[in-house]
Amino acid sequence: MLSLTIDGNKVEAEAGWSLLDTARQNGIEIPTLCYHEAVEPFGACRLCVVELRQGNNSRLVASCVYPAEQGLDVYTASEKVNNVRRWILEMLLSECPASSEIREMAAQYGVQTTRFEISDPEQECILCGLCVRACAQVVGANAISTVGRGAQKEIGSPYLTPGDDCVACGTCVTVCPTGAMSARFERVRGVPSVVMARSVKR
Amino acid sequence: MQATAKDTAELRLGSLEELEKLRGELRAAEDPNHTRIIVCHGTGCIANGSAGVTEALKAALAAAGEDIAVMPGIKTTGCHGFCSRGPLVIIKPKNIFYQQVKPGDAEEIVQKTIKAGEMVESLLYEHPQTGEKIETTEDIPFYAGQQRVVLANIGQIDPTKIDDALRAGAYAGAAKALTNMEPKQVIEAVINSGLRGRGGAGFPTGIKWNLAAKHEGGQKYVLCNADEGDPGAFMDRSVMEGDPHAVVEGMIIGGYAIGADTGYVYVRAEYPLAIKHLEKALRDARAYGLLGENILGSGFNFDIRINRGAGAFVCGEETALMRSVEGKVGEPVPRPPYPSDKGLFGKPSVLNNVETWANVSRILDKGADWFAGLGTEKSKGTKVFALVGKVNNVGLVEVPMGIKLREIVMEIGGGVPGSDHFKAVQTGGPSGGCLPWQDADLPVDFDSLIAAGSMMGSGGMIVMDDRDCMVDVAKYFLGFLEEESCGKCFPCRLGVPRLRETLNRFSKGQGTVEDIDDLYSLAEAIKAGSLCALGGTAPNAVLSTLRYFRDEYETHILEHRCPAGVCKDLITYSIDPEVCTGCRACARACPQNAITGEKKKPHTIDESLCIRCGMCFESCKFGAVQVQ
Repeated sequence: MLSLTIDGNKVEAEAGWSLLDTARQNGIEIPTLCYHEAVEPFGACRLCVVELRQGNNSRLVASCVYPAEQGLDVYTASEKVNNVRRWILEMLLSECPASSEIREMAAQYGVQTTRFEISDPEQECILCGLCVRACAQVVGANAISTVGRGAQKEIGSPYLTPGDDCVACGTCVTVCPTGAMSARFERVRGVPSVVMARSVKR
Repeated sequence: MQATAKDTAELRLGSLEELEKLRGELRAAEDPNHTRIIVCHGTGCIANGSAGVTEALKAALAAAGEDIAVMPGIKTTGCHGFCSRGPLVIIKPKNIFYQQVKPGDAEEIVQKTIKAGEMVESLLYEHPQTGEKIETTEDIPFYAGQQRVVLANIGQIDPTKIDDALRAGAYAGAAKALTNMEPKQVIEAVINSGLRGRGGAGFPTGIKWNLAAKHEGGQKYVLCNADEGDPGAFMDRSVMEGDPHAVVEGMIIGGYAIGADTGYVYVRAEYPLAIKHLEKALRDARAYGLLGENILGSGFNFDIRINRGAGAFVCGEETALMRSVEGKVGEPVPRPPYPSDKGLFGKPSVLNNVETWANVSRILDKGADWFAGLGTEKSKGTKVFALVGKVNNVGLVEVPMGIKLREIVMEIGGGVPGSDHFKAVQTGGPSGGCLPWQDADLPVDFDSLIAAGSMMGSGGMIVMDDRDCMVDVAKYFLGFLEEESCGKCFPCRLGVPRLRETLNRFSKGQGTVEDIDDLYSLAEAIKAGSLCALGGTAPNAVLSTLRYFRDEYETHILEHRCPAGVCKDLITYSIDPEVCTGCRACARACPQNAITGEKKKPHTIDESLCIRCGMCFESCKFGAVQVQ
């Protein structure tokens, strides 16, 4: 067992646990959006950042991917941490204003409104990529991926046309933290019969 | 000439002795006093027509052939660095330096210099301050202030000929390492040299190698980061184009040190000449047995593959680069695990940039102590910079670490056109920052630059004068990073555009001083929260300009004025009727037909039509067009 400190309290962790695992096993809440137990951690949404302090040095790491190490001094809700969370949530409020989940989470951090311009009031997708990873790692279908780069990034099937690789299992819809995938599902799935025939042959 | 299988077997060097014997023969075959004409074929000079100059010189020599006792050879080389003066022609052994040579000058060069030993005055470099004509390379301030380690062979050798590289000493360091040193000793030498990575962060190279070497046995990789993408930077391109064997040799040494049998060079597809020269270097090195199985009879096997990058800036980030080589989407992944433990294809890997690998070759050849004697206590060796912007001598310079910013820009760079100072120098590419004239005496080394709010980066150095607006500069770099952000992590994808939008408002004279405080807070969140260094350093452009030029930001916000005369919404162009001669140059240049006036009478600009493009300002020879 590894011994470390979270928010001033001594906690224990098993080798191989992440800081997020360790915190949750010890009843300490850390917010996440792109994390799901069913898939590999990704470290994209950065809401799960925690502060590591060592002497006068301090840095933020994503707790979902950072391994628990002996002697770490971890802070899950310091000002530095909350500054990152508040800004991300405020920016998400303008990016995906239609998501009630984001609004609730933002409110928990005292963020009620956004100073930034809203370009698409209907948008719910936060581009966390959970749907893509679930489709690849849980289903093995690899029917969807992120398309484009940076600000142009979106979720879609190849060439943004419905594809037969999708087995219409709905896993992506289930793991989606904001419900955005249900609106995209019809644009992703192709003709299930082709997929059925293929899986029978196998 | 393509070597056949039989030739290859004959060319193969089986031992250190065979390599040194060949080198000795190559050197003996060349008379150092023999006249040779060197034509720079770096990308800059080629763009300026150096290929035509070479052809014209060949023709002129052939025509004059009968009269010349020993026909001089013409050698095409990589970049000499003095790109703003190209095409460059240098005549050995006297090192006579001709600049801005045109094909039409060839006849005169042959008749006067080659045959009669006289100078062609019109082609000589003129000292920008004294006006004195300078005859040889060594006396030109641009070269005299430099210390060339990485660039030592560039401009001297033909990069497409391995024999030329061998004559200059190529593969001596690798041969020494492979035949006389244990891998551990090689790593020790690199640690003792104090070499720090030239790609940006300045991590000690030997320590990085040690982390990968400690995994005993199994597949490992070395990689060369040649995904140079900083705007205005061309250090690595010039090294690959001008001395590709230095990179190949460095990677052989690295592979031997950590126990890797395969190397990858990840090079931008936008660098076709670099790729061509690297491919030739790899073919030749294989033919000589310097790559492949049992190199120089040492029992060490190693080969290198080239991967072309598709021009994504983020693929210069080490984890993203490795994903791209693997054929996956070029997005960074969190560390740990570090690449030295789990890198390319999940195997221990070492990634260094082009200049670092070239330095490794020199260190093994000349010794760690020699290298440790160059530079400062914590930043050893030299650094290559691409000196661009508002500076007289645009080009590639290599200087010892710790040199003052002033020396680089004002002496080697020949100063700022029309000014006795620079307003700012941007170092470190988009991740770096702007240093003001007050910092002119700052020593240029890894730690001083970081303390001043910028960074070494890979070596871009953009000089700016009073006509450059710092808000606009910060906006440009943020716009670049917004384009190049992979979009994986939220702080970078969402935050960088928001920073830029705030600056956009400032450049329109909107916003409040409180917005500046918010900028700091958001910048802090992006720096601390981003996944990789692209996001982690993205706010530097804003933070460093705010640090040194906050008054300029405030002038935009409070006085709705752009002191540099750049931000279009805050400036007006007008014509001073006292100065205007009515030459019509501005009226012809104006794309909007906004300028009217009779010939030889003062002109006026119609505000409602003006799009503030500045064409009139640029075209006026009398300084009559004013910007406010």
